[in-house]
Amino acid sequence: MTGQTLIHLQDVSKRFVKGRDTITIFDHLGLTIPAGDFVAVMGPSGSGKTTLLNLLGGIDQPTGGSITFDGGRVDTLTEGQLARWRAHNVGFIFQFYNLMPTLTAARNVELPLLLTSFGRAERKRRVEAALSLVGLAERANHYPREMSGGQQQRVAIARALISDPKLLLCDEPTGDLDRTTADEILSMLRLLNQEMGKTIVMVTHDPEAAKYARRTLHLDKGRFTERELVA
Amino acid sequence: MSDFYLLWRNLFRRKLRTFLMILAIFVAFVIYGVLGSINYAFEHGVDSSADNRLVVVNKITFIQPLPYAYVGKIAAIKGVKNVTFANWFGGYYQDARNQIGTFAVDPESYLRIYRDDLRIDPAQRDAFIHDRTSMVVGEAIATKYGWKVGDRIPINSNIFTNKANGSHTWELTVAGIAYAAKESFNTSFIIFQYENFNESKTFGKDTVGWITLETDSAAVNDTVAATIDDLFANSTAETNTQSEKAFGKAFLAQLGNIALIITLVVGAAFATILMIVGNTMVMAVRERTKEIAVLKTLGFPSWRIWRQVLGESVLLALLGGLPGLAVAGLLVMVLSKGASGAIPGLALTLPVAGLGVAFMLLLGVVTGFLPAWNALRLNIVTALGRL
Repeated sequence: MTGQTLIHLQDVSKRFVKGRDTITIFDHLGLTIPAGDFVAVMGPSGSGKTTLLNLLGGIDQPTGGSITFDGGRVDTLTEGQLARWRAHNVGFIFQFYNLMPTLTAARNVELPLLLTSFGRAERKRRVEAALSLVGLAERANHYPREMSGGQQQRVAIARALISDPKLLLCDEPTGDLDRTTADEILSMLRLLNQEMGKTIVMVTHDPEAAKYARRTLHLDKGRFTERELVA
Repeated sequence: MSDFYLLWRNLFRRKLRTFLMILAIFVAFVIYGVLGSINYAFEHGVDSSADNRLVVVNKITFIQPLPYAYVGKIAAIKGVKNVTFANWFGGYYQDARNQIGTFAVDPESYLRIYRDDLRIDPAQRDAFIHDRTSMVVGEAIATKYGWKVGDRIPINSNIFTNKANGSHTWELTVAGIAYAAKESFNTSFIIFQYENFNESKTFGKDTVGWITLETDSAAVNDTVAATIDDLFANSTAETNTQSEKAFGKAFLAQLGNIALIITLVVGAAFATILMIVGNTMVMAVRERTKEIAVLKTLGFPSWRIWRQVLGESVLLALLGGLPGLAVAGLLVMVLSKGASGAIPGLALTLPVAGLGVAFMLLLGVVTGFLPAWNALRLNIVTALGRL
């Protein structure tokens, strides 16, 4: 159920300067991700998986080349424009959940809505819906420290979904979870992809996790080495 | 939920730490409020002196006397409207610790010069002028010791001996109570007849402590002052004529440079909290580096996060400072009653409170600036360790 191109990377280069050395992560990298795709990105440490995710999410800029999202250039946006673009188009799911420890689950989920013009009632309605979607409606008033890792990751998913972004970026979303919980989270991501049409890019070390994706990209030394389609 | 809610939750993330910071700020502003009010009362009291009043003192030092004969000579100078004089008595009541500002004066001319500062019943005024062994007591002293008109009170001197009885005591009748016509006028005083004092003291006869005069207008002050000092130049008692404000300040300077002492104490208190709160704020925000990076990742603009961190430190300063000022206000009120008007106009005034609030905002901005700036410049990739 993939469609038009959502993300297009053309000749993307990324270099870091560390002391006197220049480290090249990507050199003329190309990638196209259609809307509705679910891509797993695998590869050894240092292969550039996280950097790729940073570039796709607009929290880092390429040294060269272009990144297009939904037909518009992202790599030319200013910091402020990128912040607005992220708020509207991208949901982030981290390995260690990165919830605010001082806020309840509901407040954590509500955070991205502070960047919108929704009123209090609308925000409340959306938060309840998002928490229900991840099966945590009854834990709305619990703090992260009162929840298990799996529950915290579900809250993080609800937070990523709340502003209805087209793209979900997941950085090792099951890296800190046991197998059963990991499968629950991955099933949820697959459901979001299949039922809600969310485009998902997931970085993972876990081959079992990659099986939930539509396709897997193998990255090594800044290049895609193999492309594998999953049924 | 609002940005303020986020700010509030962050501020009280570590309750004990926040409480201790609030306490430190609170104490600093109590100190500021009390000392600032005392300083203001002193300054304001001196400032309330009339512009056309000059004080003539001995050029060597104002505790050296002047010949009584100078009074008449000064009165004859062009531009001088009224002249009076006073002599420091070193008075106390019962115990040397109960010191009272006691002055031997010429009743009629003294009350004429201070007509706009003191309010006294005309009958009591006449009684004071006509009874050589009487005194007028300032309201603050009368209230403190419960003295009434007609009471005979033994007033002691730590300088002079009474020829009549060989003691240091002068028994004086309360002829009247003087009230301050201006709030800032100190009513913690006693005035009694110079004539009585001059006749009964064992030394320093026909001398006065200082001479106070009223000029026709403030515009001729300099001319009159120069004429007086020229008149007595090369005499055994040369004079120094200055405005009453300058004299008041010199008199207060006997106690030490009050403004400097207060500034140093308040400055030390502020410097300490600046370091404590500044350092703690930097640490507190550094602890949240990852959370700030997550907020930025979610799309929160940098300026909004900058505003939040700065708002947090300003709120902290207000939470400590405002109750501190309120308590200082109460302490000043208690102090004012306890001091029985020794420091007239002692109250937490609007200028002192306003400056206090300005200090709070400044403290908040200064302590919050660095962590806010760090948050503003925070690089998401670096902060999340996503290289």
